Amino acid sequence: MKINSHIIKQHGIKTNEYKKIVKLIGRDPNMLELGIFSAMWNEHCSYKSSKKYLKTLPTKNDKVIQGPGENAGVIDIEDNDAIVFKIESHNHPSFIEPYQGAATGVGGILRDVFTMGARPIATLNSIHFGDPSHKKTKNLLNGVVSGIGGYGNCMGIPNLGGEVKFNSSYNENILVNAMAVGLVKKNKIFYSKAKGINKSVIYVGSKTGRDGIHGASMASAEFDENAEEKKPTVQVGDPFTEKLLLEACLELMKDDSIISIQDMGAAGLTSSSIEMSSKGNLGIEIDMNKVPCREENMTPYEMMLSESQERMLLILNDGKEESARKIFMRWGLDFSVIGKTTDTKILVLTFNDQVVANLPLSSLSTDAPLYDRKWKKNIELKKIDLPKKFQSENLSKSLKKILLSPNNSEKSWVWEQYDNTVMGDTIQIPGGDAGVVRIHGKNKAIAITVDSSTDYCLADPTSGGKQIVCEAWRNLISVGANPIAITNCLNFGNPEKEKVMGQFVETIDGIKQACQYLNFPVVSGNVSFYNETNNNSISPTPTIGGVGLIKNVNNMMTSNFKEVGNCIFIIGKTLGHLYQSEFFKEVIHFNDGPPPKVNLFNEKNNGYAVLDLISKNLVESVHDVSSGGILLSLVEMCIKGKIGANISMPKTNLNKHEYYFGEDQSRYIIEVKIAHVKKLEKFLAERSIFYEEIGKTQKDEIYMEKELKININELVELNTNWFKKFNT
Amino acid sequence: MKISVTVTLKKDVLDPQGKVVKQTLKNMGYSEIQSIRQGKYFEIEIDESKEKNIKEVVEEICKKLLTNTVIEDYKINYN
Amino acid sequence: MKSSVIVFPGSNCDRDVAVALEKFKIKNHMVWHEESILPKSDLVVLPGGFSYGDYLRTGCIASKSKIINEVIKHSKNGGLILGICNGFQILIETGLLPGTLLRNKKLRFISKNVFLKVENVNNVFCKYYKEKNLIELPIAHNEGNYFANKYLIEKLEDLNLIAFKYCDREGKTENNSNPNGSSNNIAGILNENKNILGMMPHPERMIDPYLSGEDGSILFKSLFESLLK
Repeated sequence: MKINSHIIKQHGIKTNEYKKIVKLIGRDPNMLELGIFSAMWNEHCSYKSSKKYLKTLPTKNDKVIQGPGENAGVIDIEDNDAIVFKIESHNHPSFIEPYQGAATGVGGILRDVFTMGARPIATLNSIHFGDPSHKKTKNLLNGVVSGIGGYGNCMGIPNLGGEVKFNSSYNENILVNAMAVGLVKKNKIFYSKAKGINKSVIYVGSKTGRDGIHGASMASAEFDENAEEKKPTVQVGDPFTEKLLLEACLELMKDDSIISIQDMGAAGLTSSSIEMSSKGNLGIEIDMNKVPCREENMTPYEMMLSESQERMLLILNDGKEESARKIFMRWGLDFSVIGKTTDTKILVLTFNDQVVANLPLSSLSTDAPLYDRKWKKNIELKKIDLPKKFQSENLSKSLKKILLSPNNSEKSWVWEQYDNTVMGDTIQIPGGDAGVVRIHGKNKAIAITVDSSTDYCLADPTSGGKQIVCEAWRNLISVGANPIAITNCLNFGNPEKEKVMGQFVETIDGIKQACQYLNFPVVSGNVSFYNETNNNSISPTPTIGGVGLIKNVNNMMTSNFKEVGNCIFIIGKTLGHLYQSEFFKEVIHFNDGPPPKVNLFNEKNNGYAVLDLISKNLVESVHDVSSGGILLSLVEMCIKGKIGANISMPKTNLNKHEYYFGEDQSRYIIEVKIAHVKKLEKFLAERSIFYEEIGKTQKDEIYMEKELKININELVELNTNWFKKFNT
Repeated sequence: MKISVTVTLKKDVLDPQGKVVKQTLKNMGYSEIQSIRQGKYFEIEIDESKEKNIKEVVEEICKKLLTNTVIEDYKINYN
Repeated sequence: MKSSVIVFPGSNCDRDVAVALEKFKIKNHMVWHEESILPKSDLVVLPGGFSYGDYLRTGCIASKSKIINEVIKHSKNGGLILGICNGFQILIETGLLPGTLLRNKKLRFISKNVFLKVENVNNVFCKYYKEKNLIELPIAHNEGNYFANKYLIEKLEDLNLIAFKYCDREGKTENNSNPNGSSNNIAGILNENKNILGMMPHPERMIDPYLSGEDGSILFKSLFESLLK
C-alpha cells in the first residue's frame, strides 16, 4: 500500500510530524514503519503535550525508590519491603465496550505492577459516568463494574476502594482509572532497562492476535459521530491467562535469571521493545516469524501494533533460557525467543528473511515531538452573589436530598461486586476513608486511597489540583497512616485547544504546590487527553492515588462512631464556603462560584496533629470533612457506627447552612472519650490547632434542636436508596 | 413460530474459554480436536399473528440485545 | 495431622488456606494439580479461586485434573476433604457431593460478610461450633446458588447433611437473609459419610481478630482436634 496524506492522517500523524520523521530517518517510512511511529508518537505513549509540565512535578522524598519513568513507582516501607503502585486510564475503550475496556484496564495496570517483581495486593478504581438520566449511563455503569469485577476477582486480588461519580461532563466520555498496588522486597525489584549486547529477547504469555490494533492511536483521538465505527479496536481480556502469567513471572523472579522485563501494554510489542532497548542505550533486532500468533497470516504490521493482552517481554541472563522456558511451559504459556539486543541503537525487524523495518531508536523515543502548546489562563471565578434563598432551606430536608443524590450515595452496590478480602490481609474494606491492607506476615499495613476532582477543578484548576492532593492526604491521615507518595491520572480534553491546555497547566501547578508542601511526591501515573466528543470536553479531572504507611496495625483508625456519650470535635476552622458545595449543587441547583480555598499550612499542621492524636490513643474515631461538609461527614460516622449524634452549633458568625454544609478544607471530625478531653485540648493548644466541640454521640438518631431528628435506620435507607433504585 | 439464534464471537476476537476447553480435551486424550469456540444459543417462539415482519423483528432483537455487536456475530435459523 | 492443599491454575485462596492450616498446627503440603501421587494426608483441601478462569462451567475443568483420581481414592478410604467456594464447585463437578451450584440469583458477584447457622455439629469439621452455632463468615462468589431437585433437598434435610445455612443476625433462615438464592438457604453440605464438606463461605478469612473475626478458627480447631485422635 502506498503512503499518501490520507493514510498518514489515519495514523494520527500531523503534517509537521511526518516531515520530522522523514528528516530523522532520511527517507519516507514504509507502512510498517509509519505504523510504529504512529504508535510511539501519539500522545498516550510519547506524552508530547504534557511532558514539559509533568517534569515540574516533585518526584522525590526520602522514601521514594523509583519515580516516574518506569512501569510503576516504588516507595520504601522499611524492613526491606517496598510498595509498587500506579494508576492508569482506560477511558476510550471503556466507552466503546465497557466490560472489556474496564477489564483490560485492570489487566494492564496489574501487569505494570508485577512486571517490577511485586505481587499485587490491592486494586482501586475511580470511575466517572455521565448524568444518570443520560441514555447510555446505566449500561456503561453496569458494564464497567462487571468488567472490573470480572478481571480483578479472577486474578484473586482484593479491591480496597474507589470512587464512582456522575456528572454530565462525562456524558459522551466516561473515565475509567484503574490503580494497582503491589508488595516487593527492596532488593528484588525488576526494571525495564535492557542491559548487555547479544542477549535474547523473549516473548511470554498469550499469543498475538489482531486485537486493539491502533488502540494507542484511539486513546489520542477525540470521538465524533462515528465513534461506533471505531469499535473493532477493543481488546478482550483473559484474566485466567494473566493469573498464570503473574505466577510464572513471580516464580522466575525468585532467582537472578531476568535482566529486564516489561509488559506489553499500549502499542504492545512496539512500545515494549523500543522502550526496553532505548532505555538501555542499545539496539534491538526482532525476527517477526518467531512471534507466536493466534491468527493465520498475520503481517508484521499487525504483530507490532496488536494490543493483545497478557504478554510480557523479557531479557534473560545467559544460560537461563531453558529453566525459564520450563517455568512458562508448566504454566501453559507461550515462550519464544524473538530477537536479541545489539549495540547499533537501531530497531531492526525481519520477516521471511527480509528487513521490513529499520529505524533509529532515538527517532522513536528521545526525538519524538515535544510540544509547548499554547494555553489560556483560566478565568478566575469571582465570588458572585450568593443565591439568598438558600437560607430558608430546611436543614433536614436539605440533608436528605444530599443523601439521596447519586454522588453522595453509599456505594456498596458497586464494591460488593469486587472481592474485598481475598489474600486474607484486608483490614479496612471499601467504604471508609482509605482501604487498609496488612503486609503479609507482619505487623504493619499500608493505607490506600483514590480521589478525583471535577467541579472544583473546572471552577479553578489550580485550586482544584491543590485540593485533590490534600484530600488524598487527609484520607490517609484519617486511618492513621503516614502519607508517603502519590500516583496520578490526569484526564483532560483536547490539548490542542488553548482552554484545555490551560486547565492542564494550572491543574499541574496546583498539584505541584500541594505535593511540594506536603512532601507527598508523584512517583507514577499517566495522562489521558482527548476526552472530548463533538467538541464537548470533559471537566478537567485529576485523579490522585495516595499511599501511606501504618507502622503498627494496632494504631489503625476507623470512622465509625464507637460509643454513646463521647464528645465530637472538629479540627480546623469552618469558614462557611458554600460555592461548589453539594448543598448548592443538589439542593439550590447553583453551580457557579469558586471552589473552597486551600491553606497548605493548615492542611499540614492539622493533619500531623490528627496523626499524633491517633498514635496517642486520644481519639476513638476520625473522619475527614470533604464534600457535603460537616453534616454529611457526621451522618457517615453515625451510619457506620450505628450510633447517633446530638449536634449543637458552636459560637460562630456563620449561619447554619454555611456552618454545616460549607466545604472548607483541612478539617477532621474526631470522637473523643470524655476522660481524654482535657489531654486532647492541651495537646491541640500546644500545637496551635483550631478546634471546637460540635456535639456528643448518643443512641439511635442524629439530632439538632429545632432542625434535625432522623433515626439511623432512616439515614441508612436514604443513603442506600439511589443505587438500589437505579439498578433494579 | 420457532426460531433459533446462534451467537458467536467474531472471528478475530480472543476466546479464552474456547482456548482452555480445547486444551482440556487434549489432556483428556482428544488430540484430534483442532479448535473450539464457545458461543450462545437462543430458542425463540414468536407470535405470528402480530402484524410485524418476523424477519425484521428477529434481526432487531439480535442487534439490540442478544448480541454484543462489538465482538459478536449472530446467525438466525428459520425452521 | 497432615493436609494437602491442591493448587489448580487459577486457584487464588490456596495461600490463605495454607496460612490457616499452619496457624492451627496442621502440617501442610501444596500439591500441584498435575501430580499423580497425593502425599500421605489426613485432610485434602480444595481451595477457593477461579480454577481455569471458571471457564465452561465453574469447577468443571479442574474436576478433570490428574490429581482428582487420587483425591477420590482418598475420600473412599475415609480421608477428609474440605472444599471451599471454588473447591465446593469442584467437588460437585466430580460427583463427590450432589446437586449443582448455579449463578447467584441477582446475577452479580457478591462479596460481603454473612451470618450462618451451623446446622450439623456432629462431624469433624464443625464439632466446636457446638458452643457457638451462629457465626459470621465472608462470601465472595458469582456461582454460589446451591440447587438440587426436591427429593435431594429432602434427603439432605432428613439425613442432616446440611452443614451451614444462610441466616440473619438472630439465626432465622429466611428469604431476605439468603444472599444468592440457594435452595433452603444452603451454604454448605456434607456427604453421607460426613468425611467431605463443601461450603461457599471462606472460613480461612476469619482467623484473625485484627482483620475480621475468629469464627473461621473454630472450624480449623475442630479439624486439628479430630486429626489428633
